[in-house]
Amino acid sequence: MAVTTEQQQHGLTAHSHGGAEKVGTAPVSSRADHFTSFDVNAFEVPGGREEIWRFTPMKRLANLHDGAEATGTATVEVKASEGVSVETVGRDDQRLGVAGTPGDRVAAQAWTSFTEATVITLPGDAKVEPTVVTVTGAGVGEVAYGHLQVHARQFAEAVVVIDHRGSGVYADNIEFVVEDGAHLTVVAIQDWADDAVHVSSHHAKLGRDATFRHTVITLGGSVVRLTPVVTYGGRGGDAELLGLYFADEGQHLEHRTFVDHSASNCRSNVVYKGALQGEGAHTVWIGDVLIRAAAEGTETFELNRNLVLTDGARADSVPNLEIETGEIEGAGHASATGRFDDEQLFYLQARGIPEDQARRLVVRGFFHEILLKITVPEVRERLEAAIEAELEAVGV
Amino acid sequence: MATLEIKDLHVSVNTDEGSKEILKGVDLTINAGETHAIMGPNGSGKSTLSYAIAGHPKYEITSGSVLLDGESVLEMTVDERARAGLFLAMQYPVEVPGVSMSNFLRTAATAVRGEAPKLRHWVKEVKEAMSDLDIDPAFAERSVNEGFSGGEKKRHEILQLGLLQPKIAILDETDSGLDVDALRVVSEGVNRYKQSGEVGVMLITHYTRILKYISPDFVHVFANGRIAESGGPELADKLEAEGYVKYIGKAEAASVG
Ligand SMILES: Nc1ncnc2c1ncn2[C@@H]1O[C@H](COP(=O)(O)OP(=O)(O)OP(=O)(O)O)[C@@H](O)[C@H]1O
Ligand SMILES: [Mg+2]
Repeated sequence: MAVTTEQQQHGLTAHSHGGAEKVGTAPVSSRADHFTSFDVNAFEVPGGREEIWRFTPMKRLANLHDGAEATGTATVEVKASEGVSVETVGRDDQRLGVAGTPGDRVAAQAWTSFTEATVITLPGDAKVEPTVVTVTGAGVGEVAYGHLQVHARQFAEAVVVIDHRGSGVYADNIEFVVEDGAHLTVVAIQDWADDAVHVSSHHAKLGRDATFRHTVITLGGSVVRLTPVVTYGGRGGDAELLGLYFADEGQHLEHRTFVDHSASNCRSNVVYKGALQGEGAHTVWIGDVLIRAAAEGTETFELNRNLVLTDGARADSVPNLEIETGEIEGAGHASATGRFDDEQLFYLQARGIPEDQARRLVVRGFFHEILLKITVPEVRERLEAAIEAELEAVGV
Repeated sequence: MATLEIKDLHVSVNTDEGSKEILKGVDLTINAGETHAIMGPNGSGKSTLSYAIAGHPKYEITSGSVLLDGESVLEMTVDERARAGLFLAMQYPVEVPGVSMSNFLRTAATAVRGEAPKLRHWVKEVKEAMSDLDIDPAFAERSVNEGFSGGEKKRHEILQLGLLQPKIAILDETDSGLDVDALRVVSEGVNRYKQSGEVGVMLITHYTRILKYISPDFVHVFANGRIAESGGPELADKLEAEGYVKYIGKAEAASVG
């Protein structure tokens, strides 16, 4: 067994100064005891001091945590190729809720409040063209709830892009049912308008030998809080959770990943990278990994890196790794928050590259390993353009 | 024909304990076709001189001037200096994760040349330049300097020198960390660059061994933030035999008195 804990790796932190940062490793209580329920009333209304809410600006949640009623609906459009089944179903559809149970009050509220769900079923033993789901918010000041299920049948091989945009307040649950031997790649983009509030839970259940590639891209929105949870239903499951976020002035972008290793010989790899700029830009990454006693032969690593581009921005980063068995392949985590590296800038400029171009090269370089893994060309191009635009906005 | 004139240059570095003067009046003129070796003990200020000329933000010029072909470079930004024809091969080249060497080289060449090099020619040019320095083509796809050994980093500095063709090159301990073969390959690279006779070289080194491959026209002993003695190649032989003791002593005496 190999356990590595690395708080500061070479490069970023070598030149870090200031840039608020917080790194902790010990969970207050075991993740195994984390409460889940489909019943919203089973959760107390959080006040903001609770462990799972302590980083979230509750006042900006538009009461999603305290019974906010739906005033509108988000539009869900699906572009899918032949062979992919797309259904709009009612609350009573028996297939819903199998991938996971809400783990916080907003997720339970969303489960209780949605009226229609979208179910996308990807055919087994076949490779299909990418499916694109576009979710548009209900509009400024409107509250909406939603539910989406993506079901990859046995040996399916598919890519699903879920693109969130528009205005309003939106809470939802997204289920990923990945059957035995299926390969499901998901790219979830949060590119909301400036007013938007989005609280979302992703529940992935992996079958035996299933492969799940989950990439989260969060760029726009006032408050975005995303909670991806992965559970394994059999041995040999392989999950990769990637995240890229870019917070500007006043934005709160929070990602809370949880990988629950309960089956043996499974693998997980979590890599989240974020850049921050502007007064009040705040990002939070909480990476929980639990290796239960039965999960022998587990291999897991998680990493979070934050690049603070200006003063007044704050990145919180908390990896939690709990191990209940000694019989694992390997487990580790690393977390680092650093300032923009002036030495890199100097080096590039000393080769004639103008400052603004040099800064972009460095930031793009920082995100490179994540962008590299986005295999859908249109999505990758759009992200590169979005990052460019983010950098241009502040004249970085 | 390029000329770099350094006149009475005083440079301070900002430390936690306040500003500290490191260069205490450096005078040096480098003309096209000349190679000046700057030799001196550790901590004498050689790298500070090179960084100050290149424009590193940590170093503050408190007085004096640096002119390239009569134009003051001190008013220029770092990248403007490079585009004006200054090049600094660094003692410790910086790693830039996620930026491929090939992207970096092309971006730099585009900036310095004022237009993007034609792709077909460029690919060939880079390939040849790499092979001249015994650099494996696979390096082109690696991140700039990331995980390179000390010697590999130095080879890549000289690769950039060859591609960017500056008017004046400052080579800060390019020889350190090189084994005998690498020293030869890198020296040949510098000599190819010098060949035109239209460029000037400031060769900073601690040891005389690189001077067997790159012959200097002038040798300057650098001590305590200024040039303590200047001479021809024979001065290097003297240093080889006697070391820097004499100069360190002088420096200490000067700072005491
Ligand atoms: N950023 C800095 N902060 C504090 N002191 C510095 C800084 N940079 C340089 N110095 C000091 O200035 C002096 C000159 O340093 P410099 O690196 O220029 O010497 P050098 O001649 O290049 O030495 P070496 O042969 O070891 O490369 C040293 O005493 C060094 O400690
Ligand atoms: Mg030095």
